[in-house]
Amino acid sequence: MKNHKTLSCDIAIVGAGPAGLAAARAASVSQRSIAVIDDNPLPGGQIWRDGPQVSQLAMAKDYRRVLSLPTVRYLPGTRIVASLAAGALLLEDAQTSYRLDYEQLILCCGAQELLLPFPGWTLPGVTGAGALQALIKSGASVAGERVLIAGSGPLLLASAATARAAGALVSGVYEQTDRYQLINFGVGLLRWPGKLAQAFKLFSTRYRWRSHVIEAMGDRRLEAVRIRQGDAEAVIACDRLACGFGLVPNTVLAQHLGCSLEDNAVAVDRYQQTSQTGIYAAGECTGVGGSELALVEGEVAGLAATGKVEQAQALFTHRAYWQRFARHVKEHFGLRPEIRRLARVDTLICRCEDVALSVLAEEQGWNAAKLQSRCGMGACQGRICGSIARELFGWSLPEPRVPLVPARIETLMACSEKDMS
Amino acid sequence: MSLQARTAAADVVIVGAGIMGAMCAYELASRGLSILVIDNGTGGATGAGMGHLVVMDDNPAELALSRYSIALWNTLRKRLPEACAYRNCGTLWLAANDEECGLAEAKQARLVEYGAQSEWISASALRQLEPMLRPDLAGALKVFDDGILYAPATARWLLHQQDGRITVQEGDVTRVEGNRLCLSEGGWLTAPAILLANGLGAFRLLPDVPLRPKKGHLLITDRYPACINHQLVELGYAASAHADDGTSVAFNVQPRPTGQLLIGSSRQFDTLDKRVEFDVLGRMLMRAQDYLPGLGELNAIRGWTGFRVATPDGLPLLGQHPDQPGLWLALGHEGLGVTTASGSARLIAAQLLGEAPPFDPAPFRTERFVGVASHTPGAAA
Repeated sequence: MKNHKTLSCDIAIVGAGPAGLAAARAASVSQRSIAVIDDNPLPGGQIWRDGPQVSQLAMAKDYRRVLSLPTVRYLPGTRIVASLAAGALLLEDAQTSYRLDYEQLILCCGAQELLLPFPGWTLPGVTGAGALQALIKSGASVAGERVLIAGSGPLLLASAATARAAGALVSGVYEQTDRYQLINFGVGLLRWPGKLAQAFKLFSTRYRWRSHVIEAMGDRRLEAVRIRQGDAEAVIACDRLACGFGLVPNTVLAQHLGCSLEDNAVAVDRYQQTSQTGIYAAGECTGVGGSELALVEGEVAGLAATGKVEQAQALFTHRAYWQRFARHVKEHFGLRPEIRRLARVDTLICRCEDVALSVLAEEQGWNAAKLQSRCGMGACQGRICGSIARELFGWSLPEPRVPLVPARIETLMACSEKDMS
Repeated sequence: MSLQARTAAADVVIVGAGIMGAMCAYELASRGLSILVIDNGTGGATGAGMGHLVVMDDNPAELALSRYSIALWNTLRKRLPEACAYRNCGTLWLAANDEECGLAEAKQARLVEYGAQSEWISASALRQLEPMLRPDLAGALKVFDDGILYAPATARWLLHQQDGRITVQEGDVTRVEGNRLCLSEGGWLTAPAILLANGLGAFRLLPDVPLRPKKGHLLITDRYPACINHQLVELGYAASAHADDGTSVAFNVQPRPTGQLLIGSSRQFDTLDKRVEFDVLGRMLMRAQDYLPGLGELNAIRGWTGFRVATPDGLPLLGQHPDQPGLWLALGHEGLGVTTASGSARLIAAQLLGEAPPFDPAPFRTERFVGVASHTPGAAA
């Protein structure tokens, strides 16, 4: 095959966000060979996403330096197509496919935004809250646009701050959780002073609680949003709506590798090892907890994978501190039941295959739904509608199928080249 | 007539709601019988297969059954809703060289005998019809009545016909004995007739029936509308399909109505491992690229495997169990179950109700491989 290469390393790390970079840094001390695979063109993951409109934090820059060490091979813009066998991954970038052989694997696959359907959510101009941040960081212009932010969780304020800094007119930030929960959340933040300071910095006078989107309206693109705030409704004209309901761990690769899940996240032990020996996981894919938790988990995983057990143990207290923060967030931004009932019978659930709520509501579970309606059979492989169906109907996530992401047929052919020659 | 006994669950209880069970239910209910279909929801070959409706002619019995079945599909297809995704795209049997041109000629002669219309497509005409194919092919035999459909939706549609005479129930059958069966929740169901149409699931219920799984891989691409217009199959396909051992691949590509390409095919014996094997998948794709040189550039979005259930002679078992009165079998259709569901169901119905069979049932009789007699030397001859 023309563009196929075989690589090998001692430790393969999937993801170059905070967890992946921390894992690489901790493991690099042992002088083992490391490969860092990341599907973004630039390192940093979602939170330290680099791009033309970004001024990076000093800490992010510092962590990124690990990628230029001689023992580290960094593979940006590279997607994981499948696990070929124990200890071997099939990868591809824009030109080349790779077989990567590894001894140990650290999964730092991050999280994806939880999008929940409401009428009009597929209109151009409507994105996730995190997705809007990503768009702006990669260079999209929102200057002078009227932007409305909605959904749930601390990400809304961060997204609003990014949009404002890029010149957008943020007309409101609508959080579904209620005032009581928010006050308790704020008071609880006293235990994490850094986070409290961050919340103050990001806080906006346009922040509204117990409020949510009912409908996005527009002919061919978004023109206005109907909002419910407490018991009142209002229609607000806007150019963009960024609506996300928090994050869900990205577990596709872990499931494919046979790792057990717990509470919809990759299950790990004290040393961040998954149910599969030699496969570790850290960061948001093991449970959403923010970058501070991801950093310490990544470090524990990097140390444990290189046999530095005592050094890993020394971090347990610090990790527990951020695990409590993760629980604190989760407890106060739980979704109210009406959020799961926003979609109407004709609202699309699967955007790839145009499958409406009414079609899915008749099915008993994901497998029957997929077989009969083609839900989840499009290019996104059910990543978005699978999470939606789990929230709306309580169905378990679809079993990942290979290729894990759309991949060139040439890449899939490369695997049996040896047997043919 | 009514076969229904006082305590019976229905006139006929069918195990398996795939295309075979659904078509048998549809056929029997059309004659006024009440049908209970029990399915364990695990899915089988109906969901995994290609849904190619194709006349196959490797032996006279297969040709008679598949030709009759295609004719039945052609009367049914006008009623199928869009969800069933029926398309009369025809099959192009591709000849790579002179030797395969000879195979095509012989194939055409056999098809004519059974009334299946076909036409020889010259090399230059083939380049016009399917420009994505490599240009040096010798030609192709086009079989007109062949088509494609989406089998899971078709099975469900069939089960919703016939004015409520078909009931579908989720359940796991753990034992069958003649005209009664046991469900895992406990309790026996009795009916004048029980029909097993549960493919691979029959292994557990009738361990002495010699059924062999043949694993297959399939891969589907992203949407590339109108780059292929017919089901494309290499003439060497039959050789692969009838190999007795080892792993084989053959070129078989289907244009889905969505614009996606569904790529097959592979055959492996005696494994029940559902995982995609990259070695086999890779060989299958290289074979496909041999015919479609531009294929490597296209994006694949999903690969999967399934199991064809085959009898020793490759023909299905259609009829009553020789030693268990009241127990009927529609099993072992291998890769041709979607095509032959219609004809198989018609034959089962005719036998069950004492009508004249629509075609010679002898090659399909269960005594070939089932029951005490089949285990005595010479019985299966």
